[in-house]
Amino acid sequence: MNRDALQRYSLAVISHLLLVVAWHFFVVVGKVPKFVMPSPYDTLNALLVPNYRWLENIAVTTVEIFGGYILAVIIGVALALLFSWFRSLELVAMPLLVSLNMIPKVALGPLIIVWFKYGIGPNIMMAFAICFFPIILTTARGLREVEPDLLDLVRTLKASRWQVFVKIQLPGALPYIFSGMKVAAILAVAGAIVGEFLGSDRGLGYLMLQVQVTLDTAAMFMAVILITLIGGLLYLLVLGLERLLVVRDARLQ
Amino acid sequence: MADAFIHLAGVKKIYRSRGAEFLAVSEATFDVEAGELVSLVGPSGCGKTTLLKILAGLHSYEAGEVRIGSSEQSFDPSRDIGMVFQQPLLLKWRRIVDNVMLPAEILGLPRAASLNRARDLLALVGLKGHEGDYPYELSGGMQQRAAIARALIHDPKLILMDEPFGALDALTREKMNIELLRIWQEAKKTILFVTHGITEAVFLGTRVIVLSAGPARMADNFKVDLPHPRTLEMKTSEKFGEFTRRIYRQLGME
Repeated sequence: MNRDALQRYSLAVISHLLLVVAWHFFVVVGKVPKFVMPSPYDTLNALLVPNYRWLENIAVTTVEIFGGYILAVIIGVALALLFSWFRSLELVAMPLLVSLNMIPKVALGPLIIVWFKYGIGPNIMMAFAICFFPIILTTARGLREVEPDLLDLVRTLKASRWQVFVKIQLPGALPYIFSGMKVAAILAVAGAIVGEFLGSDRGLGYLMLQVQVTLDTAAMFMAVILITLIGGLLYLLVLGLERLLVVRDARLQ
Repeated sequence: MADAFIHLAGVKKIYRSRGAEFLAVSEATFDVEAGELVSLVGPSGCGKTTLLKILAGLHSYEAGEVRIGSSEQSFDPSRDIGMVFQQPLLLKWRRIVDNVMLPAEILGLPRAASLNRARDLLALVGLKGHEGDYPYELSGGMQQRAAIARALIHDPKLILMDEPFGALDALTREKMNIELLRIWQEAKKTILFVTHGITEAVFLGTRVIVLSAGPARMADNFKVDLPHPRTLEMKTSEKFGEFTRRIYRQLGME
């Protein structure tokens, strides 16, 4: 790591620490009641309550987020590929998808519960529904973006459709796929949590509703932080995969 | 008399859009001998790119005859055409040597032999030592050199170039002109070079075909009997001036 990067990373760490310090002083100096806003220390302490079964709830929420997300990536990319192979399919399905994308996915929550009861499965579906669209839309766009001259060049060589796809289209679409995947990573978290709010018996979102009743704000804070960390982890994994697969210059900023 | 390598007679191409017809090429008639470097020069809209794409088999045409290859010179359209465009069109995610390899991969040529050839070609175009670079690490001129190497990898008989140096700055362009002549003499290919640069057309061509626009037609076709290797000093010679003036006259600019 060069000095420049080191400096940037340390500044980022410092700004985060400053936020925690500011939070602490705001609560202590302002004598804010604990049920309105707990201090960072109180928030950490919430982890010590065994009743809250943190580990289990973290595991459940993580499975929902990652499950819905991975499903959306696989199905989104696969469908976009089909569209690029069968143009007529795209002409029929794409306008429909754009319309369906207008539905606020959160509004589907109660329906999903009616159809599939509640639990991990429906929450995975909720996360899937909310992050599927950005992935299929960006992938489809990426697959379309091929230089016409480049197509001419390989056409003079009588390249097969499969060769064009594997050698030019798919690698060319990767930066677009990743930009969709990054947006979707953040949405997946929201989807899973909303699912847990609407109907669930486990998970961090469910826990938040439980401790809301007892006004354990510290536990709610802790849950929010943990949800954010899970989302951050997913985002970092996607970012790492992008670094591995996409050459620097080809990445979309 | 033996047949020419490329023979065009009365080629006509019409574009239709929204009911309107646009004559893109008309009465294109010329022959190209094997090993020639022929410049196709003219203003935009004169149909020079269209003509190139007809030769590449990418465009249909309404009338006329197009023949490439002869009894002495066989020609396989899928293996014997190399193309270079104004943009290098290198694949960003491939290293330079792998970019050069693309046509060989598509044609399914033996990998080891092609890889050796790719390295030799990169040396020929002056990119030795850049085999493992990514395109973004190279300047525009260097990227275009890589694109030329890519056009040569499958050892085609005919190279079609569509304003390959049009996006380069003037000095790089001069340099690339000299490089192209050297590559042409070493690789011994037939090259069709589309340009709107009149000096470039004369400097490079063993022959120049002038196309004029509105309506598109073939205006002139003459041999450039300047000796090889060509040097930059020739550009200031009286003979060179005569050739360029001839083109200016044909395009109605004098």
